[in-house]
Amino acid sequence: MADTAVDVHHDHHGHDDHHHGPTGILKYIWSTDHKIIAMQYLFTGMLMAIIGGYMAYVFRMQLAFPGISVPGFGQVSPGEYNALITNHGSIMIFWVAMPVLIAAFGNYLIPLMIGADDMVFPRINRLSFQVFFLSVIVLMASLFVEGGGFGGAWTSYPPLSAVAEYNQTNLGSSLWLIAVALEFVAFLLGGINFITTLMNSRAPGMKAYDIPLVAWMIVIASILFMLSVGPLVAGAVMLLFDQTLGTGFYDPARGGDPILWQHLFWFFGHPEVYVVLLPAIGITVDVIATFARKKIFGYKMVLYTAVATGVLSFFVWAHHQFIAGIDPRMANVFTVTTLLISVPIAEMCFVIIATLYGGSIRLTTPMLWALAFMAEFLIGGVTGIFLGASGADIYFHDTYFVLAHFHYTFFPIAIIGSFCAFTYWFPKMFGRMMNDTLGKIHFWGTIIPFNFIFIPLFVLGMGGQHRRIYNFQHFPELATPEMFQLRQIATISLLIMIAFQLVFFYNMITSWIRGEKAGKNPWQANTLEWTTESPPPHGNWPLDRMPVVYRGPYEYGHPDREEDYWPQDEPA
Amino acid sequence: MSAGSATYPTESRPAPVRREPVIPNGVLGMLIFIFTEVMFFSGLISAHAIVKAQQAGVMWPPYGQPRLPAQETALNSLALLVSGVVLVLTWFAFRREQNSARIPLLLSILLGCIFVGFQGVEWVALLAEGLTMQSSAYGGFFYLIVGSHALHAVGALAALIWAFTRLDREELTAHQLATVSAFWYFVVLVWPILYWKVYL
Repeated sequence: MADTAVDVHHDHHGHDDHHHGPTGILKYIWSTDHKIIAMQYLFTGMLMAIIGGYMAYVFRMQLAFPGISVPGFGQVSPGEYNALITNHGSIMIFWVAMPVLIAAFGNYLIPLMIGADDMVFPRINRLSFQVFFLSVIVLMASLFVEGGGFGGAWTSYPPLSAVAEYNQTNLGSSLWLIAVALEFVAFLLGGINFITTLMNSRAPGMKAYDIPLVAWMIVIASILFMLSVGPLVAGAVMLLFDQTLGTGFYDPARGGDPILWQHLFWFFGHPEVYVVLLPAIGITVDVIATFARKKIFGYKMVLYTAVATGVLSFFVWAHHQFIAGIDPRMANVFTVTTLLISVPIAEMCFVIIATLYGGSIRLTTPMLWALAFMAEFLIGGVTGIFLGASGADIYFHDTYFVLAHFHYTFFPIAIIGSFCAFTYWFPKMFGRMMNDTLGKIHFWGTIIPFNFIFIPLFVLGMGGQHRRIYNFQHFPELATPEMFQLRQIATISLLIMIAFQLVFFYNMITSWIRGEKAGKNPWQANTLEWTTESPPPHGNWPLDRMPVVYRGPYEYGHPDREEDYWPQDEPA
Repeated sequence: MSAGSATYPTESRPAPVRREPVIPNGVLGMLIFIFTEVMFFSGLISAHAIVKAQQAGVMWPPYGQPRLPAQETALNSLALLVSGVVLVLTWFAFRREQNSARIPLLLSILLGCIFVGFQGVEWVALLAEGLTMQSSAYGGFFYLIVGSHALHAVGALAALIWAFTRLDREELTAHQLATVSAFWYFVVLVWPILYWKVYL
């Protein structure tokens, strides 16, 4: 096994499994255990989701009822509005989707699913969270410095982001950029760990096609992240120098090129969509196989299409720049690649539908989330076709149609996917079952308002409503009573959705304290994490009973067996 | 279950055995990190190439900016390349007999330090001649790309010095040496490309 992992063994439980590391509260802050680091990422991500949701609440109120004093915030000034939308976008992508889907569930699931005692580099893992936490502090600080938080949108295009006279947030924009850079460092360290662990620490007998798909997906996503982040870091350094040292990398008057940033940003930015999508699909596939009690229809199909998606995702970035003045011939090429990428994703959807076909479906809360992910993501994918086609995009660019489209992709990924994973693995993480009735109330209370928020925004977008406008009353053709009605429907639905999240937090806390004991394997699932105690002890399994793998992860409903599942570690 | 019965293969497997990883953990982690670094430098180089191409009609380097000392740097690059070769010899010496690796490792570090030091002297001279990060995109890219490489070189040298102190105490393992060397090889091998793109 790993040199470092073995070191940890000697350090931490050489003597009858007793933990000799830091004790008390320090055990949870200074731990190298992958499960504790996963919890740190999970709860930090949850906290950031609350902050990001609060921001959405404030600016949605401003849009639906311009000029009112928003309860809990006060009047929104144009500068504050810009800072709110910018940081809402950055937080939801970099500080919610990434830490929860990749870092939290990656850390928690990869060692457990492959039968390892920990990550191969536990201390690098701890460093990863510490750097991430630092990035959270820097980002939060950027909101309270003189001039306020950065307001140039999460894409941060120069010259708006580069020149302090334009953005009016001299310190805020630099701190925002530093926070994003620190966050990348954190995920770089985490990604190295995930890939190395999956390749080198698998249980005896676990071959490449015996790895649960969610572990594969998180690792493929990490590889995508590692390959795409370099150019953005290069671009971010240049932008930081433009902001602070007065260089002219993006200043055309001094020989620079502002479009250059767009290329560097979207070369990362588009693969990033798949970096967060793939883990969510992996979670969905795992949950659907468990609750349809059926083998995945095409394990290799999902795996290969994920790789194909990853490769294609590096050749689609300019579809964000169709009206940025790029060569129309190049726009044609990028239209073709963009529409091509829907093929592998569609294949994954077909695999999921074929898995459901003929299964003995159990409609538990995680299963509902998984099915909702499929349904909602499909709407996001289909509306993407209009935006990927360069002709249609000229009209739709920067309207609420784009906004509704990517919320129909990102909300299923970051929120539905996370809830799916959280409700499914909650019994393993905390040893108790969640309340199913409350879970279903929370599910319907989230899904129905979600559609009522964003379908009106599609309509508004087709009506020509531009993004990033602080107050639509200033534009008579966008200030009709009908349009304001649609905006108010969206905002009121958001309030309802936020209210239903209280059900979730109530359910989480009460189930954690006095939920029904879960036992080792409450869902009758096959993968290795269900063969250990809930919650798993330090080291995951007793040293003399590390798991050994005899078969693939999705052997449900085997005709020769009495039970309808067949754990991976059970000898034939 | 008639719909799925055809999908169940009856495969018989050999008994599971624990297999040693093909690439040790440290080296694999470092290789993944190096892939990221390759993409980082590709980003810098392509940004440089785009900006340079847009100035095709104009002068490059811009009017009034000093030329880069291509010959002196070529000579200096030789020191870096030789350092890389010496590190390969260090590896073979280490495999043969650990203590015999000391002198080549030290030599490799020294050559690396000479390279970094001489680049620093060159920067001071260029700054005196009026080439700064703010003076033009040309100067900005020069300091950015060469500076990024210098930072990586300093980091890699620190790692090599760490390896040397461990070797001195006879605590250095082959995996550690391979991990640290992989990073230095990256620093050495990326330099000719940067030299070609920036200086020539």
